[in-house]
Amino acid sequence: MQVTPAVRFERVTLNYGARTIWSDLSLDLAAGTFVAILGPNGSGKTSLLRAILGLVEPSAGRIEVLGRPPHRGDPGIGYVPQHSSFDPELPFRGRDLVRLGIDGHRWGVARPDRAANARVDRALADVEARAYADAPIGRLSGGEQQRLRIAQALVGEPRILLCDEPLANLDLRYQQAITDLIAGWRDRTGGTVLFVTHDVNPVLRVVDQVLFVVNGRWAAGTPDEVLRSDRMSELYGSHVDVVRVHGRILVVGESTESGFNIEEPHHAPAAVVDHPEEP
Amino acid sequence: MDQLVTLLGYEFVQNAVAAGFVIAIVSGVVSGFVVARSMSFAVHALAELGFTGSAGFLLLHLSPVLGLLFGSAITAVFIGTLGVRARGRDVVVGVVMAFGLGLGVLFITLYKGYANQAFAILFGTITGVSRGDVVLLLAIGAVTLIALAAIYRPLVFATVDPEVAEARGVPVGALAVAFLLIMAAAVAEAIQVVGVLLILTLLITPGAAAERLTPRPGLAIAYSVGIALLCTLGGILLSLITNAPVSVFVTSLSFACYLLARFAVGPRRRELRVAPRAVHAHEAPRTS
Repeated sequence: MQVTPAVRFERVTLNYGARTIWSDLSLDLAAGTFVAILGPNGSGKTSLLRAILGLVEPSAGRIEVLGRPPHRGDPGIGYVPQHSSFDPELPFRGRDLVRLGIDGHRWGVARPDRAANARVDRALADVEARAYADAPIGRLSGGEQQRLRIAQALVGEPRILLCDEPLANLDLRYQQAITDLIAGWRDRTGGTVLFVTHDVNPVLRVVDQVLFVVNGRWAAGTPDEVLRSDRMSELYGSHVDVVRVHGRILVVGESTESGFNIEEPHHAPAAVVDHPEEP
Repeated sequence: MDQLVTLLGYEFVQNAVAAGFVIAIVSGVVSGFVVARSMSFAVHALAELGFTGSAGFLLLHLSPVLGLLFGSAITAVFIGTLGVRARGRDVVVGVVMAFGLGLGVLFITLYKGYANQAFAILFGTITGVSRGDVVLLLAIGAVTLIALAAIYRPLVFATVDPEVAEARGVPVGALAVAFLLIMAAAVAEAIQVVGVLLILTLLITPGAAAERLTPRPGLAIAYSVGIALLCTLGGILLSLITNAPVSVFVTSLSFACYLLARFAVGPRRRELRVAPRAVHAHEAPRTS
């Protein structure tokens, strides 16, 4: 029996203005997989999520989400956007943010609803955020806000979770905690995770597939298949070494006259990554 | 006290109080969103171009209240369509405001002998509103509140969390324009009490004070309405007793509310609401 993939790309090309972000992407993502979407800044990782959300149209090819064309407001998708902070004085609590995930898109004023409140409580408990669910959201740390965003994305019981750099601005301990939360959800529900990140290492333990996009080209497969010197050199079009050190993967470009042939190190050494959260 | 009872017997006082009541409710609700969406500058522009509309309507012998509404609504549409993004918005607001206010000056110049009317629009006319104006203000206020109730939830979503709102199918751009129109109506209302130049005292201060008092969004709106009512009705009564202009008292009362909320009541309540987080002491709160 043919099983419908969670997300299917059929020869998809995406343009941003006149620029082609990536082209001819064909890929099936099976339900229940944890997919890391990797690549340098500006390689169209966020655009890929936006295309799945139905917010941008591919210029060629076809995308299917849960067997249907993407459409805005698909309740089958939960979305954790790139980190943006809240005003510290905003009269809004984590509990309210999670509630938006249930019925924030509906017209009118919300009526008191015990069932919805119970769902919010459960979602808060699942991400261990109950202790600060009633504090003003803008006064919470980045890690606390990230847990609340995940609760908001999961409270609607989606089948696909899209996360855009959910580990940015978090210290190592928090990166682990957030990764475990998301992987735990995947294990519990059989949901699919698409996880945009510039560093694969924090999620390496849980990743089934990686999709690496660079300069309009892409490579997909298991981490062992894709994160190899030959594949990465082919992708970047220049000599790139993939080095494994202490269970971590480093993608290192050779230096050229203008700097490095890779715009950014995909993962700095642990000592640099392990910075405290911004005050 | 006797004086107050006597005053409340006059029709113009009843009109003022009735109008003030409606205006305060609308202002209180709208100001919460104005603060959360950082739209002070847009409020100011809507008010100043309301002045232009009002002056234009006076020139044509039409209702100055409708003129206000017309001027601010047109401005709302301009700002909404030209400057949807927050960063570009201030620039568009400035550009539209400068031109519109120039027109206002022209209308007032053409309208010699109406310096009183112009002064009233600039500084408030509430004790001069007629029964007809009260009905008109009531109607505008009711429509504004109904419209706001209809879009309340998605507007909150789009205000607090625009990226996810967009992904969930909330029409973020259309809501921005809809809210500008609601603001335009609220501005036309609030101008009756405090005038164009002091508009922010009713459309910013109540919301700004209320957000210091509670982290609960619904309760913040309720506090904001309460503060707007206190300032407006208190201002009208104090003005009647002392004969000084209403706006003097409204601005003083609302500033006092803000100072109290920010420095006296708010800090005590904030400690209360952040206290449960002590169990997560290792997750340091942002101190900014």
